[in-house]
Order: sequence, then structure tokens, then C-alpha cells
Amino acid sequence: MISSDFDPLSEEILKSRLSKARLIVIALFAVLLVQLWLIQIAWGPIFRRQSEGNRIQQRDITPFRGVIRDRNGDILAGNRPSYDIYVVPKEVGDRVELADKLSSLTYMDSDSANERLKWASKRSSYKPVCIKKDISRDELAVLEAHRFNLSGLLVEAKPVRYYLYGSLGSHLIGYLGEISEKELRSGKYPDNKAGDMIGKAGVESAWQHMLTGVPGTERLEVDAAGRIIRVLSRKAPESGQSLWLTIDRRLQSLADKALEEKKGAIVAMEPATGRILAMASSPSFDPNVFVEGVGQDTWSRILKSEGYPLQNRVVSGQYPPASVFKIVLALAGLDKGIISPEDEIFCSGSYHLGGHEFRCWKKGGHGAVNLHRAIVESCDVYFYNLGRKLGVDVIASYARRLGLGAQTGIGIGGEKQGLIPTRAWKLKRVGEVWHPGETMSVSIGQGYVSATPLQIVRMVSAVFNGGILYRPQIALHIENAAGEKTHVFQPVKEGEIGISKKAISVVRDAMIGVVNEPRGTGSKGISKEFVAAGKTGTAQVVRISRERSEGEGDQSELAPELRDHAWFAGIAPADDPKIAVAVIIENGGHGGRVAAPLAGELFSAYLGSK
Amino acid sequence: MPLFPFPSRVRDMGSREIFILRCAPFGHEGRQVFDRRLIQNFDWLLLILLLLLAAISVANLYSAIYPTKAFGGQAIFYRQIYWFILGFSVFLLVTTFNYKSLERLARPVWLISVALLVAVLILGKWTAGSRRWLSLGLITFQPSELAKISVILLLAKMLSERDHVAEYTLRELVKPILIILIPTALILKEPDLGTALLLVFVSGSMMLFARINWKIYLGIGITAIGCVPLLWLGLKDYQRERILTFLNPDRDPLGAGYHIKQSKIAIGSGQLWGKGYLEGTQTKLNFLPEQHTDFAFSVFAEEWGFVGSIVLLALYFILILWGLDIARNSKDKFGTMVAVGIVCIMLWQVVINLGMVMGLLPVVGIPLLLFSYGGSSLISTMAMLGLLMNISMRRFMFQEGSGLGQ
Repeated sequence: MISSDFDPLSEEILKSRLSKARLIVIALFAVLLVQLWLIQIAWGPIFRRQSEGNRIQQRDITPFRGVIRDRNGDILAGNRPSYDIYVVPKEVGDRVELADKLSSLTYMDSDSANERLKWASKRSSYKPVCIKKDISRDELAVLEAHRFNLSGLLVEAKPVRYYLYGSLGSHLIGYLGEISEKELRSGKYPDNKAGDMIGKAGVESAWQHMLTGVPGTERLEVDAAGRIIRVLSRKAPESGQSLWLTIDRRLQSLADKALEEKKGAIVAMEPATGRILAMASSPSFDPNVFVEGVGQDTWSRILKSEGYPLQNRVVSGQYPPASVFKIVLALAGLDKGIISPEDEIFCSGSYHLGGHEFRCWKKGGHGAVNLHRAIVESCDVYFYNLGRKLGVDVIASYARRLGLGAQTGIGIGGEKQGLIPTRAWKLKRVGEVWHPGETMSVSIGQGYVSATPLQIVRMVSAVFNGGILYRPQIALHIENAAGEKTHVFQPVKEGEIGISKKAISVVRDAMIGVVNEPRGTGSKGISKEFVAAGKTGTAQVVRISRERSEGEGDQSELAPELRDHAWFAGIAPADDPKIAVAVIIENGGHGGRVAAPLAGELFSAYLGSK
Repeated sequence: MPLFPFPSRVRDMGSREIFILRCAPFGHEGRQVFDRRLIQNFDWLLLILLLLLAAISVANLYSAIYPTKAFGGQAIFYRQIYWFILGFSVFLLVTTFNYKSLERLARPVWLISVALLVAVLILGKWTAGSRRWLSLGLITFQPSELAKISVILLLAKMLSERDHVAEYTLRELVKPILIILIPTALILKEPDLGTALLLVFVSGSMMLFARINWKIYLGIGITAIGCVPLLWLGLKDYQRERILTFLNPDRDPLGAGYHIKQSKIAIGSGQLWGKGYLEGTQTKLNFLPEQHTDFAFSVFAEEWGFVGSIVLLALYFILILWGLDIARNSKDKFGTMVAVGIVCIMLWQVVINLGMVMGLLPVVGIPLLLFSYGGSSLISTMAMLGLLMNISMRRFMFQEGSGLGQ
């Protein structure tokens, strides 16, 4: 019998097994069919969308940030291209080899390049990841030349902020930083998305919404490696609007230079409009450092560094105004009719109240002084007397009329309001009644009194412009991309000081005397080509040192941080004011010697150029 | 009742007695009759299915490589056509001799294939981390393809040498298990997990068909599964890691997970009618991995949609059921078992590949039968289909040298 033949029985068994096998085949194909139906029909639309999502990549096109110009149209902040290296991890053949190539072609070293590539491969595989921002032009040229054997590498250009003059006016202009999660959620930045750079300080922050522009979008067909196959549609971005500032670049640069190696602030204002001509604070910083974002460690280093370079001392530095505050008392006394210009007070070098001795800065005393001489020579005893007569609350009410103790409304973040104490204030905040002795300190602008340089320059401006308090203005006009002015900022009167013309004119004459009379405390360092006016101040840093030494004496033996702050607030020309300046040099020493000459430089430069 | 409801099949003369009576008086004239019948019994359906699948596969390959040129571009397309022509010659060649002669050759062929598998481990070309290719002068081929056929043949011989009534005992199973496990282990060593797995599936299915006691099967299964954790515990950490990586080469979600996801997106986005020939964006934009080999079906499904996919699925379905019919109609157990083995290979290749690209099964590199690019597997597939044709054509014939006929 042939082994391979079937006997009838086994043929029957075979048949039954084959039909079972057929059932299994049908079942398996049914499973495949059901899955096919699920994927293609039931979930088909979902997968179709996903395939579109794969194929089409929507990319935002970063708009050009609005240019910031000075009052003459000089560009202070513009844009430049930044070339960033991207990598598509899946396209990279040999990582170590690519890292070696990168280190030989760019300024990256091979270890950090390798590190970045490894980091990138963890983040994505087919989407490009940025591994190095803002390469130099020579790096770009070399990379472009070697493009053919750098697979997986892309170089993309995008506009970034560029501050043409580095640290010039950096506190006014501000700087950029990556938008934070909190800012994103606040809803105040509708045109921005995660990773965008937004203004974080100064003008960049205050006019962020106008400078930022509207991002464009591009619908691109891309392949799996992220390579662009073609552009499906494109909506061009709208550049941000340009902002013309009220500052004058040359004056600003002079102010910056005046503060070099010093701590302090200078602010110059157009008295008739409130427009800021220059605003400098020192130490300063180069905002270009921030344009691509900085790491946490760089940040904390900057924040903790000596002298708080990011602080804009013009708006947020609160200093005792010292003798500059005497302007307030003089105006109050005259306006209230408590004193007349002719009244004389004898200065013996000190004033006694309640067993305490309050000294004049001049040890021997000034002798008999009237208001004019008291201001010109900055006699403290005269103002102790005047302050006593006025009382702290009257002083405070005049100080407030002159714009002290409240924000000026300049609109740059971080503005402080200074402090003008009253009896009620002390009771409420300190929990003690006001001591008459404290009025003495207030009378010479010490004690609780503090003011920002911006408030001081505005006060001086008001004295010379007929009594109008302008809101400090930093924006001149807005210009769209086509160069048309879309908005012109007009000077805003915040109010009038409401002090009699006569009182004002007496104080003005005295302030002219400060600069122009031989014994005036501000007579040094200011050109006599025009008639300037002003008031010096020397703010005590250490309370215990009762030795006041304005105008004379030597502080050079004192430790630098214990030296007095030097103040000068002035205006020129006095008969037709064009520029008002406030200068504060921290621990600089005497206001007349240190601060006034700096103001003098600005006067000369500004008036000379006209 | 026929197993498969297709016409053109004459079953009324299937009884051996009639056959012998008719044939015996003619003596050696019988041979001429048989030759004529050979032509008459030519299995046109099998041929048509084969040609249809080949045509669709080549057209699909053109689309898969159309956009990128990254895999060698047009060259791949022409090479595959060349492989088909060569494969078709092999197909025809295999139909010329009587498959019965393979029964005698089964053992030596198996030994040769094992020898080649050993050789490939020593002399094989390393490509992409495995040794699968053996170079024999002008041609390079994968010995694992020959191993698939040889295991089927030897297993078919052993299983057909015994009647199908009684169930196998455990002792009787030692030999078939060795026949399967020796080449499987060697293929695993290459490593080629896909082919090894396919071999286990196919021979397992054949054994099941040969009616092994389900208790034995259960015993083997439980023992195997029981060994896994023991083995696992005995391994060192780095070895486990290696095995996990081996089982799933890209364990990160961007790797294998990404491939399956993109494959499902490709298939699903085809929806009912497909995106149109050469219009598949997943393919064109390179989102699909291995689009000309393992994931060739995804390319097809994206462009031809549910309708096209059903047509393709139907062709495979018909081919496999037709194979079962051929197994049923074979006049000897060996032919039946060989046909069953071939059907199993076709079935598991189709099911595993489609299951994989549709996300039902993990990614193991098994190409789609007659559809994926690749010469070695195509030639062996054509040889197996030739064998099927061979069995189909000789369904009414007497065995050569089978005593009674002469």
C-alpha cells in the first residue's frame, strides 16, 4: 500500500480539518477587515486630519519689532538678522562626527556641540531643534560653504533686536526678555506666543503692544525631515510701529558719559512741555545682552551685581532732596505770606530747639540773611526758622503742589513716588506723634523726605515755566511702517502749582543767584554764556554725622559709601527756559562741586547746539 | 461539497478505482495522457491571482519610491520587475517536475539548508547589525528562505508518513520539534526575529493540522511560557536590556511607536476611496518608514482607500482558500501537507504583516507576501507558489513509479 494514499477514514478527517482551517482563515481575515474598516472608515476623518497636520506645518513669521528713534530720527533700537543653527535629530548620521565638524567650523567646542546634539535628540526626532542661536557672520559663511556634508543641519534667520549704541539710554529704552508663562496667561499679549521676546522694562515694555507688530503665518508643506517642500499660503507679518522718543541722542550720550564710573542719575527735561531730553542712570547695562534671552545664572548675576544696574534711578531712585527742598519752603513761606523777601534772620551757625542743636553747614554762620541770600548760600538756619513757622503739614501741602510725593505718570515701569511726610502720615505709618525736631530735618530736605530725580526736575521746570506741572513725556510720535505719523503725543498738563507769581519770581531770582553770584553754591562749572539757575543739595548719608559741609570742607577721608549725595537741579536759560536738569551723584560729595558742573555740561551742549 | 465555491473544477472522477481502471489498459501510453492532462489541469486561477498581485505590487512599488529616490529610486523599481521575471521562471520551473520526488529530497534539502544557515553565521555579510545574506559567487541570497521551504517539506514528509487518525504521542514529536527548532535557533542567531517567528508559526500550524493532542500542545505552550520568567530572572540587567531592545529596536515612542502611528495615519487617511495613485502624502513626504518593504501596504491603502484595500485583501483571501482547496484535492498526504504548509506561510505572512502595519501586532520585520520589495523572499515565494501549482496540476494523476499504476 502506498504510504501517501489516504484511506477513506483519514480523508474524512482531513476534510473536517481543512474546513476548520478555512474557518480560521475566514476569522483572521475578518479581524483584518474590521481593523481596516475601523482605521479607514470609522476613524478615517481623524487620520485624514492627522495626515494633513503631518504634511502642513503652520509657522509664525516673526515681525520686525518697531524701531525706536530719538527726537531727531536717529535709530536707537533697530533689528538685525540672527542666524540660528537647527538640527533635525533623525537626519543626523553620526552625532560625534557632526559635533566634531561643528567644532571645527564654528566657535562651539566639540563637547558642548555633542551635548547640545544629544539634548536635541531627546527633544524631538523629526522637528528641527535650535542648538545654537545667533552665530557670527563668519560662522554662517563657513557653514553655508560646508552645507552639503552637514546632513540634519539647518540655518535659519530671524530678526532680533539691536541697540545701535549699546548702553546708551538703556534704562529709558529698556530691554527684552522671553515672555513668561504668567504674562502669557494674563491676556495682555494677544500677539505673542511662548518663546517670544517682549519688552521687560523702559520704553520697550511701556509700548510693547505697539512695537511688537503682528506675526505673519506661513502654511508650509513639509516632509518627515521637516524640510520645506513648498509654501501653500503666506500671510505677511505686520511690522511693529516705530516710536520716536523725546530724547536727544547727543545729550543722552553726554549724560551717560557724565555718569561713567559713578553711581547716580541725570535727567533733562524741556520745561515748556515736560518732554524728557535725556535720562541716564548709572551703573547701566547693554540691552543687547538680553535680545536672545539669558539664562537663569546670568540673570541672577546681573540682578545681584554691584549698584543694581537694571534700576532706573531717575524714576525709582528715592533720595533725600536736601537743600534742593528749600525751594519748596521758600515758595510756601512767600505764598503764605509768612515771610517777605526782605525779612532777615541771623544765622549764628546753629539753631536750638528743645535742647537740640541744629547746625548750619557753615560753622561760623552766615550772619544776617534774607531769603535771597539764604537760597544762594543755602543757609540752613534760615530754613530751620522758616520750617518752624510753616509747620510740617504746610510744607507737605506745598511739596505736593510741586509734584513731590506722587508719581509723575511718566509711564515707565518701576516709578516710585518718594515721600513727603505729614503728622498724620507719621502717626499712621510709624505710630508716633510728630516731633518738632523732625520738622527741622524736613526743612532742609532730610529726614523722612525723599524724592526722585524726575520729580525734582519737574518741580524746577514748573517754577520756571509759569507754574505748570507737565506729565513727563518720553514718546514724541508713532510712525507706521510706511513712515506716516499715526499718533502725535501732545504735552499733558497735570496741573498748576497755584503759587503766586511774586513768590515764584523771588525764588527764581534767588536760583539765578545760586549759579551766577560769586557766593552762590552752584557758581562753579556752569558756563556764563547763558543765564542758568538752579539749586544745589548735599544729602547726608549718615545721620550721626551732624557735620554738614556744603560748599566747603573735605569728605575725602570718609569711606566712599558714607559720603554725601551730591544734588543739583537747574534750568537754562533762566529767562527763556529750554532745558531743566536734575543730577544726583550718590556718595559724590558736594552738590555744588560735583553735580552742578555735570548739569553745566548738558546746558552748554544743548544750548550750544541750538 | 467543494471546499471552495469556484467552478472549473471536475471532482466527479475523484475516486481512485475509476482512475485505475481507466489508466491501466493504456500501459505506457498513459504518460501522454497524463502530459495532456497536465496542461488541461493547469491552475489558471492561481496564475491569475499571482499575476494580479505581482502587477499591483509593482505599480505600488513605483509609487512608494516615486517621490524620494532615497532608496535607490527607479533602480529599485526595475530590480523588482527583474526579480518578478526571475521569480516567474522559478515558478514555471518548479511546476515541471513531480512534487513527489521532493519527498525523497526533503531530508537532504533540510540538511543543506541547515548547513547554509551555519555557513551564514560564519561567512555571512553583516548588514544593519545582522548576518542574513550569503554570497555564492554571482548571487547573494538568504538561507533562511530556503530553510522555510525545507522545513515545510521535511515536516510534510514526516507528518504524511503516518496516518491521521491516532494522535501523536510526545515521543513521536521529538523529531519534528528538532526539525523546526534547529533552523529556528540558527535564524534567531542571525538575528532575524521575523523569519524565526514565521517559521514557528507555520510549523506550529502544520503540526496542529496534523492533529497533535491538544494536551501536548498545551503542555508545550505552558512549558515554554513557564520558562520565560525563569530565563528572565536568570539574566543580568544589561542582557535584559539587550533582549528588550532586540524585541523592540526603538523602544522610545519616537521610534517604533512613531512608525506604527505614521502607518496608521497613512492607511486611515486613505478613507473610502483613497488619495489617488501617486498622491499619498504620507508616502510622498517620507513620513512612512520602510515604505517599499514592510510598510508597502500602507502606501497602497493610503492611495487606494478602503475599496482598494478590500480588493487586495480579497486577492489574498482567495489565494489562501484556493491553497486549502489544492491541499484538499491533492491525491496524497505529502502533497496535502506541503500545500498546507505553503498556505500557512502565505496566511501568516499576510496576517502578521497587515496586523503590524495596522497596529494590531508589534513591529516585527515580516514583508508582505508578493508585495514588499525584496528579491530573496520573492523568489522563495514564487518557488512555493510553483510548488502549489505543481500539486494542483497533478491532482488527478497517479504517482510516478507508484506500483499499482504500472
